[in-house]
Amino acid sequence: MNRIAVGILVGGALGILDGLTAWFTPEARAGILGIVFGSTIKGLLAGAIIGLFARKVSSLPWTLAFGTFIGALLASGIAFSMGKHYLEIILPGSLVGLLTGYATIRYGRAPAQQGLSAGR
Amino acid sequence: MTRLSDNAVSRLRAVVREPDLSRTRYRLAAVAGSGGMGTVYVVEDTELRRRVALKVLDVPDPGIEARLRREAQVLARLEHPGIVPVHDVGALPDGRVFYTMKWVQGDRLDRHLSRTAPFAERLRLFLKITDPVAFAHAQGVLHRDLKPENVMVGAFGEVLVMDWGLAKVLDDADSAAARTTGESAVLGTPGFMSPEQRAGGSAGLDRRTDVYSLGALLEWMAGPDAPPPLRAIWRKATAPDRDDRYADVPALAADVTRFADGAAVSAYAEGPLRRALRVAKRHRIAIGIVLAYLAGRALIFLGTGR
Repeated sequence: MNRIAVGILVGGALGILDGLTAWFTPEARAGILGIVFGSTIKGLLAGAIIGLFARKVSSLPWTLAFGTFIGALLASGIAFSMGKHYLEIILPGSLVGLLTGYATIRYGRAPAQQGLSAGR
Repeated sequence: MTRLSDNAVSRLRAVVREPDLSRTRYRLAAVAGSGGMGTVYVVEDTELRRRVALKVLDVPDPGIEARLRREAQVLARLEHPGIVPVHDVGALPDGRVFYTMKWVQGDRLDRHLSRTAPFAERLRLFLKITDPVAFAHAQGVLHRDLKPENVMVGAFGEVLVMDWGLAKVLDDADSAAARTTGESAVLGTPGFMSPEQRAGGSAGLDRRTDVYSLGALLEWMAGPDAPPPLRAIWRKATAPDRDDRYADVPALAADVTRFADGAAVSAYAEGPLRRALRVAKRHRIAIGIVLAYLAGRALIFLGTGR
């Protein structure tokens, strides 16, 4: 599987899980379906962006940093739109980005090297 | 009278056995090894300017000559990357039959595995051995002598199945050699030979004879600490009754591939606990990522109280 596909798959799966953990916050339980949906979209988007980055950069440390940053950025958008629960949204979002970054580099197939004559 | 030492006698014997290549395009370079039927030499092909292996009988023997010729003919019809290609067949001035083939530089499987080889590498090599054997079966040829000494591992990890001297061409009514070797002769190597081979005769042998030898080879390659599903695979492959074995080599290879991939194998009925462990091992990456997320989420939950 290529890195973008791994990113989307892992980001989406962790997004679902991230949304489901809102169940442990009693005041969020009523809107759990919306949270899971939004969190999944966020995970898929983060996964695709991180996968694209990993494809270009192919560096574990840089992809971990970028993944954490993208996860935090997308989660911040949601947290600021809600105007509350900043840490509870941003920290797990960053964790999703970090783990997605790790998975894309570790398990995604690196793009094939272009042959020397390919561009000639 | 001067008595010759044992060393001198064996050197003289080797010189006497050395093939006279004067009327051929080949020049002797070195001795590669010797087997039951004859000796294999490394020779220089003066026409094509390359080194090839030349197999020749040690002494003229019409019966074995026919077998050597037939071995060359069998090899010539098996064009596969896992089977050494034959270049030429002929007779020396003294009448001995020879054939030349690709000179394979590498190690015999038994020597290769005497060095440390990871379990996964052993399985990979085994699956590479099944490929040419399955191909030969598809061409109607049984090997009948599969054992570690008859498998070569090349410098780049390529695997070649060698020594097709005991091969049997199925449904080959014209095979004079098949008759020469005798319908009651016991051919093969103890430990890797199927019960029907041990019973003697080549009539009635089929692909499951080689399935047996491959099962024995798998047991030898995997060693005594192999997990139960793999043990079940070779037990099924080496079942005394042919009907209890895998129907053919691809079926055996498919089960070994499933084992290597962490999937359930047809030869082994696993309990619920072992099944759960296998599934967990197979999906350990996904499980690891989810556990890492949950651990991180639990820390955040403890830190923020939410």
